[in-house]
Amino acid sequence: MSIQDSIRQTVTENPVVLFMKGTPTFPQCGFSAGAVQILKNLGANFVAVNVLENAEVRQGIKEYANWPTIPQLYIKGEFVGGSDIMKELFSTGELEKMLQD
Amino acid sequence: MIGTLENEIRARLAPLEAESLELHDDSAAHAGHAGSGGGGHFDVIIVAAAFAGLSKLARHRKVYELLADLIPTRIHALSIKALAPEEF
Repeated sequence: MSIQDSIRQTVTENPVVLFMKGTPTFPQCGFSAGAVQILKNLGANFVAVNVLENAEVRQGIKEYANWPTIPQLYIKGEFVGGSDIMKELFSTGELEKMLQD
Repeated sequence: MIGTLENEIRARLAPLEAESLELHDDSAAHAGHAGSGGGGHFDVIIVAAAFAGLSKLARHRKVYELLADLIPTRIHALSIKALAPEEF
């Protein structure tokens, strides 16, 4: 399976997926830490993928969404955005709604 | 050469014809953390008519496109706030 297929499978088979640097317990980047914090605040169940463990995923995810930065949040296979967009959607209540739908 | 990269970022974002562009170099707060690779951390707030009617994703993509070849080598991290004039 190509890395793109494998990413597609990950984001479609899991309702909420966060590609991040480090793990939810030990994030290795402030932006990833912020993204985890938001999801935890909303009580979301999510799958976290640590891109630092796999160089192919780290590069592949940027191509998958055509988005150059990490973290990246996916809900039901759809790319939602990076940490700034997550913050905005969190503050307006939209993210909570997206996670409930 | 302080400010050179900032000037370059401003020049790259010129096509947005921003009404307001605030750029902060936040690199000092992140110097030497794991995986930073030496690139700068920037925080940008852009108010531009070009963002009107666009989704958040589309707005951020516009900014990333203009800066593409600077990421991740010279810009390690970029925090973006992209607003249309009526939202400011």
